[in-house]
Amino acid sequence: MIIIGELINASREAIKAAIESQDSAAIQKVAQDQARAGADYMDVNAGIFLDQEPEYLKWLVRMVQTATDKPCAIDSPNPAVIEAAVMVHQGTPLINSISLEKERFDRLLPFVAGTDFKVIALCMSDEGMPQTVDDRLRIADKLVGGLLNNNVKVENIFVDPLVQPLSVNNSYGLAFIDAMEKILDNYPGIHTACGVSNISYGLPARKYLNHIFMTMAISKGLDGAIINPLDRRLMAGIIAAEALAGRDDFCMNYLKAFREGLFEG
Amino acid sequence: MSTQEIYNAILAFDEVSVKAKVRAELGAGTDIQTILDDGLVRAMDIVGERFSAGDLFIPEMLKSAQVMKAGLELIKPLLTTDQSRSKGTVVIGTVKGDQHDIGKNLVAMMLEGAGFKIVDLGVDVESEVFVKTAAEQKADVIALSSLLTTTMPAMEQTIRITKAANLAVKTIVGGAPVSQAFAHQIEADGYSADAPGTVKLVKELVG
Repeated sequence: MIIIGELINASREAIKAAIESQDSAAIQKVAQDQARAGADYMDVNAGIFLDQEPEYLKWLVRMVQTATDKPCAIDSPNPAVIEAAVMVHQGTPLINSISLEKERFDRLLPFVAGTDFKVIALCMSDEGMPQTVDDRLRIADKLVGGLLNNNVKVENIFVDPLVQPLSVNNSYGLAFIDAMEKILDNYPGIHTACGVSNISYGLPARKYLNHIFMTMAISKGLDGAIINPLDRRLMAGIIAAEALAGRDDFCMNYLKAFREGLFEG
Repeated sequence: MSTQEIYNAILAFDEVSVKAKVRAELGAGTDIQTILDDGLVRAMDIVGERFSAGDLFIPEMLKSAQVMKAGLELIKPLLTTDQSRSKGTVVIGTVKGDQHDIGKNLVAMMLEGAGFKIVDLGVDVESEVFVKTAAEQKADVIALSSLLTTTMPAMEQTIRITKAANLAVKTIVGGAPVSQAFAHQIEADGYSADAPGTVKLVKELVG
């Protein structure tokens, strides 16, 4: 499982404060904690700062990269801001994200064309949110097709079929999972990724739903997740689910996690 | 027998029972306005309050609206022109650049349940379309939704051109990144943190 640590996001109060006071140590600590807990990428998001977003996002990238050897997931709805932050990034970033929304697609496609950047392809378009499996597949086909035609390697693409809240439509859980499964079938070598917390929006005991949903998605092939790696129970669940899904040779990761005490308490 | 039973049936999310109770009240000759106000609308008010307090959740709000609507359908043909006149017209939509519609849909549904006429423009709506529609529909309120921080300026823009058009319409804003302070800053006439709060707000603005 490719873990994208979600904690360095300015919509979280502590991160917002650290950014405003340019508290490098605070950001670096969150980065190191996430890396130690198993994050492969550090998501960085300064989206709440409208005018200062590019400056702050670049600063976050530098902070993460001075504190850890992990690459960043450059997270912004604004393509220009993504480009600015990628410019200061060392190594291969993960672009979070391209979508079929015209403005984003037209600007980011030439930017990632022919590069080795990793790209999250979010199944959203200008025609509103996808509801069904077919809606998601139609968007995924156009996105993946566009990226492949522009010399982005299939193994660098992470399709996010878009998790939507179960509270407003009880088909949204399986719509995500079924779409994901088909995308994995249609494009051998491709990755999938998602944030899970949206599934539980509007419902109580959200962690419980998030964990079970993650497990269900892993059983059908999900191999990337934008999560809080410091959530030990979630990480333990992911490792167990991957072993059960047959994606952990000789249960090596499961046993390693056991010896590290991840399943205690 | 009383409209209390209609109210209770809505709070129990029981569509079959709501229909039966409404029919029973109609049969007993209960005033239609009383069925509407004390049974159906009052139940949705309490659903809204409980939702705001965190005691009810989104699926329960959706289900209660569906149940209430089933009851409403039965009395609709019997309403006089005066009784069926809406409490006001609200033009609602998610602003330009934003595709998110869940919050907007909840607000529209609750306003409709409270007796307002809703003109839902959907998502990714141009500022001019809000203003044009509000003028055509002689709307009382324009309700703007946004989930992305990047689309907050589109709210400001919409409010600016609404004011410039000099219509007798109030503007209200809501959505995850929006706050009372932001609403004040862009000179919106109101802000609410959730759907039931929006109903209260619109009642205040229109009433």
